[in-house]
Amino acid sequence: MPALRETPLAVLRIALLVSLVCSMVVAGTAVGLKSMQLENRRVDRERHLLAIVGLHDRALSASEVGERFRERITPRLVDLDSGAYVAAPPGHDNFDPLTWEGARAATDPALSRALSRSEDIAGIQRRERYAVVYKLMQGERVEALILPVRGYGLWSTLYGFLAVDADLNTVLGLRFYQHAETPGLGGEVDNPRWKALWPGKRLFDSDGQLRLRVGKPSGDGQDARWRVDALAGATLTSNGVNNMIRFWLGPQGYGPYLQRLRQEGVES
Amino acid sequence: MNTRTSARPRALAVLFAPVFDNNPIALQILGICSALAVTANLKTALVMSVALTLVTAFSNLFISLLRRQIPASIRMIVQVVIIASLVIVVDQVLRAVAFELAKQLSVFVGLIITNCIVMGRAEAFAMQNPPWPSFLDGIGNGLGYSALLVALGITRELFGSGTLIGYRVLPTVADGGWYLPNGLLLLPPSAFFLIGLFIWALRSWKPEQVESPAFRMAPQVREQEP
Repeated sequence: MPALRETPLAVLRIALLVSLVCSMVVAGTAVGLKSMQLENRRVDRERHLLAIVGLHDRALSASEVGERFRERITPRLVDLDSGAYVAAPPGHDNFDPLTWEGARAATDPALSRALSRSEDIAGIQRRERYAVVYKLMQGERVEALILPVRGYGLWSTLYGFLAVDADLNTVLGLRFYQHAETPGLGGEVDNPRWKALWPGKRLFDSDGQLRLRVGKPSGDGQDARWRVDALAGATLTSNGVNNMIRFWLGPQGYGPYLQRLRQEGVES
Repeated sequence: MNTRTSARPRALAVLFAPVFDNNPIALQILGICSALAVTANLKTALVMSVALTLVTAFSNLFISLLRRQIPASIRMIVQVVIIASLVIVVDQVLRAVAFELAKQLSVFVGLIITNCIVMGRAEAFAMQNPPWPSFLDGIGNGLGYSALLVALGITRELFGSGTLIGYRVLPTVADGGWYLPNGLLLLPPSAFFLIGLFIWALRSWKPEQVESPAFRMAPQVREQEP
């Protein structure tokens, strides 16, 4: 290799040049591919929404997913504080429920609010004011509600959906579409055997108190309907899922919305 | 090294020597981490092979083009910047066109940045050779890595789940067939055992790859009579 004159200026120049060209290439790729990536995320989310209510029973192509989704699932925007349906968030006239992501809205100060330490049991820091919920329809009848939930596990925020029957009490399923928990330990939240523990569990007891929890049996076995076994070797992830359920079904989450549905009926 | 006199045979040698004679995984024992992680099925192994081959080839090409400009004092960081940019591009493209696979590969595409094969070829070959041989060297080493990954992927998926690229080859007992899958093959340690067996086979075939022992065991020491 021929000897290179290594003046500080030459070093700086090449460093700057390489960084500049590389950052332009990286930024260009990211921006150029963004629309395709967002489309993939939307299809992936719709796949999960169909799967949680058992409508993704075979390999479906992206267009079949969109078709089945539009046919059976109606997204609605909910004002989480009042629990009422709204058409669009204020100032968002071109609102599209299909691309709306609660976690992204939570980063926008106009669309979210910070949670105090005692409120923030799920570890999400900010909560959006408006959430998109999904109604599973059979003709005109509402069969189930699918609620987006998220919360902090051990390393990462888990993003997923909780499906609840139209009786507003029976769980139909819980599944996550994004997380970075330890594969084999916390990552077992994706294990079909663990997910199969959820359908049929009840959220509330006869007094309307939230009773569903993830954890050990109580001893007398009286709480089997309200309890999902924690994951062995993944206590913190299990606690995270437990806190997520408590947060999102509580007063800071979908509590006001569920209350309104109980009074006005799910069909409203 | 004179590249001008015999460009053609050398090009072929550069391209194919890393597959059996100088395999980055089997001889140099580099890039083991991803070889354990992504080979539980053949599809992810193939995608990872293509991704690593492209990154190694183009990082070698660009680093070789710049080799006379890169000051020795910051050469490593310049190499890493180029490699990292290429890996991000590959990762972004995968997320756009093969979302499911990108999810399965998760962090391992990103970890190509730290894959010793890429950095090793940049430092050992591309910094001293012209662009075209460097590019071929990148492809060659990518092929060497790919050969082992594909072999691992086929073995692990076929005997671990009875499928190949998702298609059922051996009907498993769970599906009413006769084959009882070996669950160990789906776990990362099995790749270690398999790589060990491959290295053994390769070195039995090409004994010149056997290293001389780094140290000799001392002869058994007998207790001194008092």
